[in-house]
Amino acid sequence: MRRFVLIALPYAWLLALFLVPFIIVLKISLSDIKLAIPPYTPTLDFTEGWTGIKAFFSALDFENFTFLTTDDLYWKAYVSSLKIAFIATALTLFVGYPIAYGMANAPDHWRPTLMMLVILPFWTSFLIRVYSWMGILSTEGYLNQFLLGLGLMSEPLTILNTPTAVYIGIVYTYLPFMILPIYSALERMDASLLEAAEDLGCSRLKAFWLITVPLSKTGIIAGCFLVFIPTIGEFVIPSLLGGSRTLMIGKVLWEEFFNNRDWPVAGAVAVVLLLILIVPIVLFQRNEQKQRELEG
Amino acid sequence: MRRLTGFNVISLTLGFAFLYLPMIILITYSFNSSKLVTVWAGFSTKWYGELLQNEAFLDAAWVTVQVAVVSSTIATVLGTMAALVLVRAGRFPGRTLFSGMIYAPLVMPEVITGLSLLLLFIGIGLDRGIFTIILAHTTFSMCFVSVVVSSRLMTFDESLEEAALDLGCSSFQAFRLVTLPIIAPAVISGWLLAFTLSLDDLVIASFTAGPSSTTLPIKIWSSIRLGVSPEINALSTIMIAIVAVGVITASLITKRASLRQQADERAAVRA
Repeated sequence: MRRFVLIALPYAWLLALFLVPFIIVLKISLSDIKLAIPPYTPTLDFTEGWTGIKAFFSALDFENFTFLTTDDLYWKAYVSSLKIAFIATALTLFVGYPIAYGMANAPDHWRPTLMMLVILPFWTSFLIRVYSWMGILSTEGYLNQFLLGLGLMSEPLTILNTPTAVYIGIVYTYLPFMILPIYSALERMDASLLEAAEDLGCSRLKAFWLITVPLSKTGIIAGCFLVFIPTIGEFVIPSLLGGSRTLMIGKVLWEEFFNNRDWPVAGAVAVVLLLILIVPIVLFQRNEQKQRELEG
Repeated sequence: MRRLTGFNVISLTLGFAFLYLPMIILITYSFNSSKLVTVWAGFSTKWYGELLQNEAFLDAAWVTVQVAVVSSTIATVLGTMAALVLVRAGRFPGRTLFSGMIYAPLVMPEVITGLSLLLLFIGIGLDRGIFTIILAHTTFSMCFVSVVVSSRLMTFDESLEEAALDLGCSSFQAFRLVTLPIIAPAVISGWLLAFTLSLDDLVIASFTAGPSSTTLPIKIWSSIRLGVSPEINALSTIMIAIVAVGVITASLITKRASLRQQADERAAVRA
């Protein structure tokens, strides 16, 4: 009895507030837009019995999904989200690896502090961390003031409201997700392997490439997925830093819903976004499982 | 043998400068007396004063705290239950679906979670307000809690609880007296995680909030869309200060607790 309650309570909560809403999105993505409340048709009417249910299902179609393929905006937004997520992940790896590597080589008594310094930004508001870059990157912002003050340039750089600002924002906010898994992989590494390599005549750079990088591979892969997956559906960063020219699917979905009030198309955009995300999520799960088997 | 090379020192310095400079600049300029945020015109705390006079911000902050406290508490209870189910309950019908529903929200884009919950609330005719934000936040943060707690439960030695049962504890007593104290650190960090996720959330709250229930992130969002403002700088500074104090205190407490535990273990070995 107690076991039943233990299982049933969280189960019922998740069914009602996670699975059912998701089925509703799926259903609305197959509906048509209508000027009414709610603004779509058909709605399920149980009072008409079986004919009502039959009418309901026959009115559903894939029109919204066909619409997504005919309008340039959507597929461009999907492609551009994937492209931005891919480049941003590579940049985050490029910035994060040396930091994780430095942390792993730091003396033991520094590490808890360094660790806390990496985690601290993660606890502070995401919105504020993105916002802090608006003042830095704007035309009359601190970065331009600094560069103009040094006399390095005569014209201010335009960074805010360009893809560059979006990359900076993503690298900045997702950096801890990249550093932590790489650091934990590097920390587990047996450092005597490097000594052995040096004794056998390997240069330090070569030893790094042949030993350190392969041994931190699982950390690199985990970090990349932890950045790549949430970045695809990112909304806040492209909206605040990207300006109107940066196209990302999370932003399109938001606008479709709040500005155009086209719920069926917003539903279809969401369903396709999830289908795209399944691939990296499955690959990520497989990587995690492999790692667990290696450890276990 | 590990040694810190010059390259390591440089990358650590640059890396942490990159992580912290934006926030240091933000904090510094919150004390700028000029309305023009990018021009320094002398030290002043007037934006903090104006912030405390701003009813709209104070109301939003109050809503946010209420939502965060209630949703993280419910999420901790449900998430801990879900963790017990995942680790302890063995096989039961629908187990795969259950673990799928625990892990899916962790990777679900916020826009989709928000959209789907909004459509549900409209579908069942629930008026949007504080209550609906609490429902939404509880749902996604309970999944984070259950991941944190279940990783602790996996390393837990079940024979301890069996021993308590053998010695005449009821199963609830065994849970309360043996299991709960051992998993308590994970439950507390789960609660903290749920609390900050709720404080921080803009996207899901925007979908599920009604006109009378603006949270602080929604309020901040609508003012920074128009650009940088000194009042938001002041607000950000306060929020960063609260988090910094909280995280540093928490890490000192856990450090002291682990030191004490080590001392206890040593004493136990000697005795």
